Amino acid sequence: MPQTARFEQPLRLRSGAVLARYELVYETYGQLNAGKNNAVLVCHALSGDHHVAGYYSEQDKRPGWWDNMIGPGKPIDTERFFVIGVNNLGGCHGSTGPASIDPATNKPYGASFPVVTVDDWIETQAQLADYLGIRQFAAVVGGSLGGMQALQWSITYPERIRHALVIAAAPKLTAQNIAFNDVARQAIITDPDFHGGNYYAHGVTPKRGLRLARMLGHITYLSDDVMGSKFGRLLRSGAFQFNYEVEFEIESYLRYQGDKFAESFDANTYLLMTKALDYFDPTHHQEEASLTLALKPAVAGFLVVAFTTDWRFAPERSREIVKALLDNERNVTYAEITSSHGHDAFLMPDPHYHELVRAYMGRIEQGGAA
Amino acid sequence: MNAHADHRADFETIASLIADGAKVLDLGCGDGSLLKYLKQTRKAWGYGVEIADEKVLACTKNGVNVIQTDLETGLSGFESGSFDYVILSQTLQAMKHTEVIMREMLRVAKQAIVTFPNFGYWRHRMQVISGHMPVSPNLPYQWYNTPNIHLCTLQDFEAFCATLNVRILQRIVMHRGQQISLMPNLLGSLAVYRVEQLS
Repeated sequence: MPQTARFEQPLRLRSGAVLARYELVYETYGQLNAGKNNAVLVCHALSGDHHVAGYYSEQDKRPGWWDNMIGPGKPIDTERFFVIGVNNLGGCHGSTGPASIDPATNKPYGASFPVVTVDDWIETQAQLADYLGIRQFAAVVGGSLGGMQALQWSITYPERIRHALVIAAAPKLTAQNIAFNDVARQAIITDPDFHGGNYYAHGVTPKRGLRLARMLGHITYLSDDVMGSKFGRLLRSGAFQFNYEVEFEIESYLRYQGDKFAESFDANTYLLMTKALDYFDPTHHQEEASLTLALKPAVAGFLVVAFTTDWRFAPERSREIVKALLDNERNVTYAEITSSHGHDAFLMPDPHYHELVRAYMGRIEQGGAA
Repeated sequence: MNAHADHRADFETIASLIADGAKVLDLGCGDGSLLKYLKQTRKAWGYGVEIADEKVLACTKNGVNVIQTDLETGLSGFESGSFDYVILSQTLQAMKHTEVIMREMLRVAKQAIVTFPNFGYWRHRMQVISGHMPVSPNLPYQWYNTPNIHLCTLQDFEAFCATLNVRILQRIVMHRGQQISLMPNLLGSLAVYRVEQLS
């Protein structure tokens, strides 16, 4: 069940903005052992949240977003590890975010909610760890934007994590990645219902824009292959209708995904998450600073995993991380998983991928420190 | 593959060639057991390189650092001169780009240790004379299913090193775990070389 941690100390963000107080919603699985050394933090990606595994009730249609990976007897075994899922600051699943009430105005923050960065998330997650009495994580785990957080954890608090599992991630976005994010943002911002981000007061949400943003994102999370094999050129009615209604199965799928997402996600949070992605760069945007130098403080053991058909965060990007770790003589294992599922592969059940994570997690338990 | 005892002798020989605490890159590292052995016996550490999924998994289970890469594409993910030793154990003969990997090995490491089955071993020669491709404990495949596409003898390998301006620092020739000093190109079935690049 989700719990809420309240932090009353002002939080200064990378942007210079200050939040007077904030809350984080989190969920835990398994038991923290007496030595408090079996805690695993799971960081979510763009649309994830604290509910990483399990069902709340029998009526639940879907389990937590990484249920195939986390749970009793699963690769990240909650019978051995104390797993923590947390909704990031700026999120829309209970943690303080743009839709939360600003105590200064008694209205939703809306456009006034500050832009947050991966660094800010690490800071707030560290405060959550303090709150839970966890000095050092056995591992910090994440895929995509979550993997970036695991990577940043190893740099910001090297002594507080023994292992980092960096899955389907990249050391920073490419121009193409940023371009996709900006199209998504423009779709939201130009929606007439956006109202400069203060749509809450108008009783509307920029659903059309958010829907488009999600549709675009979804295309980039799949591979051409999997889209082809799943949908191909299938027509819903079997024949051309010569109009602009839903005809191809892929259109139906994307619109459904877009609609579902636009119903449940906050557009301001989507903007903020994509910005955090764009800004992420362990070298802090210094051209001359190398990733090797940026990763120098890290002492954790690393499992870096990429997927062959992931073109959003391609294996080459993971190899940049691996190269920087090799340059620093860190313990690292790199696996390139053959999968047809594109970027989404990190969320899919795949026997080899899961066995690998299971084996690595098993080693953490046996080996203790990296 | 070799019987366990032979494998062990192979490991012991390699361990005898490296310095304590050395930083090692093991190409085609299999399940990581050589690196594990070198860690235990020599306090060596480093990384394995493998392409096969099941071997990457085996290394992970063995607690050995492994980087999943195709050796045929070179070692661009590794910095020049960043290892004390690079090991290519019974893999050279299966490589498509033999020259490329030799050059790459001696780019990333100060010294390379290369082991391969000696095609000039007398039983192999006898089999060729009798009209067949050799099949032996060191070459356990039939001609049609062998991964070994670049087999060579000790003399061939030494000539190859000369063309690459590679100096041979040490050579150990073995048969069934025993060192062979008499007529090694005839009586030895496994060759172990320690080499370095001359500038």
